[in-house]
Parts: sequence; C-alpha cells; structure tokens
Amino acid sequence: MSEKIPACFLWLERIDFTEAYPLQKGAARYVSRFREPELFLLLEHDPVFTLGRQAKKDHILAPPELLDQEGIKVVATDRGGDVTYHGPGQLVGYPLLDLRRHGRDLHRLIWMYEEIIIRVLAEFGLAGTREPRYPGVWIGDRKIAAIGIGVSRWITYHGFAFNINPNLEHFSYIVPCGIREKGVTSLARELGQEVAVTEVIEPLRRHAAVVLNLEWVETLAGEEALSYLREVAAWRE
Amino acid sequence: MEVKLPFLAEGVEEATVSFWQVDEGDTVSEGDDLVEMSTSKAVFNVPAPVSGKVVEILVGEGDVVKVGDVLCIIEEE
Repeated sequence: MSEKIPACFLWLERIDFTEAYPLQKGAARYVSRFREPELFLLLEHDPVFTLGRQAKKDHILAPPELLDQEGIKVVATDRGGDVTYHGPGQLVGYPLLDLRRHGRDLHRLIWMYEEIIIRVLAEFGLAGTREPRYPGVWIGDRKIAAIGIGVSRWITYHGFAFNINPNLEHFSYIVPCGIREKGVTSLARELGQEVAVTEVIEPLRRHAAVVLNLEWVETLAGEEALSYLREVAAWRE
Repeated sequence: MEVKLPFLAEGVEEATVSFWQVDEGDTVSEGDDLVEMSTSKAVFNVPAPVSGKVVEILVGEGDVVKVGDVLCIIEEE
C-alpha cells in the first residue's frame, strides 16, 4: 500500500444545498491548488430536488403545491444526470479528491465509493450490491445509495447520497436518476428499526479512510467544520 | 497544441461531449476546464494542458469521441 494521503473529515451536519454548493466548489479549487489536505465533506441537506442538465422536468411527478407543502425546494445545477432527492436522514458525501492520486480512473473511483457503502452496510449485517449499468449501491433491487461524480481540474466533486433514515415518501415524487424500474430504500427500512445518521458517521469515516487510502489529519464537526470549510472555500489565487 | 481526450477509466474507450466551457478565441490558463465529457457513469472536465488561445474547436456537443481524439487546438502563449 502506498503512502496515505492526508485528508480532513468534515461532518457539517445540516446544510442547505444552495449554501453547500458554492462552498463545495470553492473548496475544490483550494484542493486543486494545494493538493493537500484532501477534503471529505459529510452532511445532510434540507429537502431538495436537484436537477442535472439532462433532467427531464416530467421526472418530478408531484405538483408544485405538494412540494411547497412538504418544504421541498427544486434547484437546477450544472451537473450531468437527471433528478435527485436529498433530505434529512440521508448522509451526503462530497469527497474532494485529486483523481490523479486515486488511480486516475473515474469508474474505479465510483467503485471505491460503492465499496465504502458496502462495507458500512456489512457492519449493519446487510449485503449491498452493485449494478453494472448504474453507479450506486442496492439491497436486492432497491437503491440505498446514489453516486454521481464529476471531475474539474482533476479534483472530484459531488459524491454519494446514502439513505439512512430519510422520508422515503419524498422519493416517490420523482423518477430518481431517470430510472423507473427500481425502488428506493434506506438503512432504517432494511433493518426494520430507527437508525440515526450519527450512528453511521464513524463507520463511514473508518471505511472511507481504508478504501480511499486516506489518513485523517483533522476531523471536525458542526460549527468548527463549517468555519473550516468557509475558510478554504474563500481562498483565491 | 492538440488537446486530446485523455484516458478516463479502464474499459472506457469513448465519451460524449456534454458542453464546452470555452469558445474559439478564448484565452485559457493551464489547468482551466475546457470541455465537460460524460462517460456512462460520470463526468470529466478536460483541463487545458497549456496556457494560450483556443484557436479551433473540433468536436461539438453531443458528439461521441474516442480516447486520443483531438478535441481542440490551443495556440501556446
């Protein structure tokens, strides 16, 4: 195993998508410039449907009044892909990594994100599987984690969305990632009991370090994590 | 200088041009995103290998491009 890559683990708790998005981009520029430490952002979003550039409007099935009532925002983004849901109870990971230091292979990196989730699921006694055609992790034919990554200036952005205990009802308002034939599930649903997102953070942190060959030089949570992220995101040449 | 589609992933021989971040005539710095390419699973922004002026764009949005194909030409500063 080659030398471990220094990285910061930031548990940001709840942060709105529209606030997190520019912070993520700014932080990615920082990693692109300094290369170390790499950053691993973990957070929950307020309820939101994000639209990729290829998103089909009719893949949002619920009427606007229902979305208002449920407090779900709709946000257009510059990523690829279709409609995705994020909300409380879902752990969203934005690893900002230098692809060149992680095998220089986009699909291999997706495989590694899947591997992290699969190993966490195994700790909870569940067998997560891959589906060769689509990124993500499934339990049977139900998707438990979505994965979508992009690379800019060799640094990865976006990442994974792992359903721990979200309101699964909200997923029925869309055709997730444009895939109609498969369902969505969560850790809580599969275990048949309540699970808090905070119970999953430590296993995720541990397996992410092993799978991605990272060494956590810093682990911050809450306000501390947010201040750190704001600082690096504000960096300019 | 010819900018070619780099290796993206094992077993991936081609990618689709999703959109150009630059226009012909634009000046770019080394490392800037030139064009976003999508594979079946992810997107990758091809970085400018040198600083200079984008003099010619050879592939259009929606085109399927093979690894090693020329995407655009940059006249070095």
